[in-house]
Amino acid sequence: MKRRIAITAFVFIAPVIIYNIIFRISPIFISLYLSLTEYSGFKSPTFIGFSNYLRIFSDTDFWGAVLRTLQFSLEVVPLNIILSLLMAILVNKTIRGIKVFRAIYYLPVITPMVAASMIWLWLYDPQIGAFNSILNFFNLPTTYFLQDTSTALHSIAGMRIWRGVGWNMLIYLAGLQGISQNYYEAASIDGAGKTRCFFSITLPLLRPVHLYVLVVGMIQTLQTFTEVYVMTNGGPLESTTTVGLLVYRLAFDYMDMGYASAMSFILGIIIMLLSIISFTWRHTKEAVV
Amino acid sequence: MKKKEKVKTLILLLLVAVLMGAPFFWMVTLSLTPNNELFSTSQGLFPKEITFDHYQDALTTGGFGRYFVNSLIVSLLSMGLNVVFCSLAGYAFARLSFPFKNFFFLLLLSTMMIPVQVTLVPTFLIAKSFPLVGGNNLLGQGGTGLLNTYAGLIIPHVMNAFGVFIMRQYYMQFPKELSEAARIDGASEAGIFLKIFLPLGKPCIASLAIFTFTQAWDDFLWPLVVTSTNEMRTLQLGLEVFKNRYTADWGPLMSATTLSIIPVVIIFIMFQKYFTDTALTSGIK
Repeated sequence: MKRRIAITAFVFIAPVIIYNIIFRISPIFISLYLSLTEYSGFKSPTFIGFSNYLRIFSDTDFWGAVLRTLQFSLEVVPLNIILSLLMAILVNKTIRGIKVFRAIYYLPVITPMVAASMIWLWLYDPQIGAFNSILNFFNLPTTYFLQDTSTALHSIAGMRIWRGVGWNMLIYLAGLQGISQNYYEAASIDGAGKTRCFFSITLPLLRPVHLYVLVVGMIQTLQTFTEVYVMTNGGPLESTTTVGLLVYRLAFDYMDMGYASAMSFILGIIIMLLSIISFTWRHTKEAVV
Repeated sequence: MKKKEKVKTLILLLLVAVLMGAPFFWMVTLSLTPNNELFSTSQGLFPKEITFDHYQDALTTGGFGRYFVNSLIVSLLSMGLNVVFCSLAGYAFARLSFPFKNFFFLLLLSTMMIPVQVTLVPTFLIAKSFPLVGGNNLLGQGGTGLLNTYAGLIIPHVMNAFGVFIMRQYYMQFPKELSEAARIDGASEAGIFLKIFLPLGKPCIASLAIFTFTQAWDDFLWPLVVTSTNEMRTLQLGLEVFKNRYTADWGPLMSATTLSIIPVVIIFIMFQKYFTDTALTSGIK
């Protein structure tokens, strides 16, 4: 009986395990190996030791992209967190039709990234885009948004925030609904106002959620590729080139796959460390199995 | 809630809804506005005339239909494969005991941490040197392997560890006695899964289906890497091609964009309850 169950279980998990070993685990080792080689994708790779990593060390393009990607993360993630928390509080009410509002706020999340980028390309269009039309209407100075090195990255961050707040709102909403009303009742008996309740009860009790949205937000924004590729392709003057875009270009435009692998490996280590932080947090409360 | 406060909340809710929804409103409006109005500076919020010319333009030129069908094939196939294999594995991890269970589960979970940039080049190479397909020999040399094929497009989406994770979480909630009673009645292990747990898992399978469909539909980077001809492009890539072809020709561009969003919106509306519930439990547990 026990054996029969175990055999069934192995048959059930075998496809998933084999698939993930081939397409998720083995790539890590392939990537690590490639990062120690010079490889164009055509001839077989030549082993060159740590040369790629030494090259990265003095590569100003790479460090520029790292700083830019970090800046992007630090613009998107905190603003996203603040706005999504406020939105979660707003939709955490029992009003008729609240589900419709939640759905509208969530709509950008399910919109494909390319489509979202297209819409915002138009919004940002200097001649006929909505933002400049609105600025014009109020007689304010118009700008070039994506065509200006000083505003391009912020403009993409704006789109990203719009697309991402719905997801975090949902997660905060779950957190808010998990807070017992007793806390608020006890506090109001003690004479605490609404603001006081927010800062002394709501914010601290949501701490695990803050950590989760922070780490996941960082992990996602550090991999930013699609919206940059579609909206600016790294321009103007490389002012929006992220690490993700740089790795793609090196690997598939310049066929410098060894070097690209070394770069992706450094990015990967940072992201994996962040993931481990979020994972250990996620599973401290419930045992894994 | 007091009436005054209720009105205040409603106004705020509407204001945020306008901010979040306005881009969609403009997208649809632009796709229906004739060109002569589109470029006039006196354009108001609504077009004076409505035209479907842009949709006709988008649908008839440059293989839009082909892109759409390609995306549909890739998304539906990856959805189907995920539903079958993730529910099997999720069920096994939740309800069957077997040696090295924790090890295999952690192995699977750890794959969720690997960023796309790390697997990108190796997955490309694996696809390219897949043995015995696309002119390759047994050692995977000589041809193009799975590059520029449907199988190649689907490869990274076949079995999602996150899918296994949510199925497991879902199946854990049922009492142990349910399986034991069936075993005493002489049901086979496969029978227990097929007759009892597969039907019970429906709500979670529905959200798994939506999740995997939208993920494959949304993907841009992998199709960009793996396809090389126009015939194999997916819709997301096709939109990018459109963008370059119709520079500043926003009408056809926005109608194509609208069409690319419609399938996910339909699926979302149909399964909205499951989708948000699973997002909540899997995100926060």
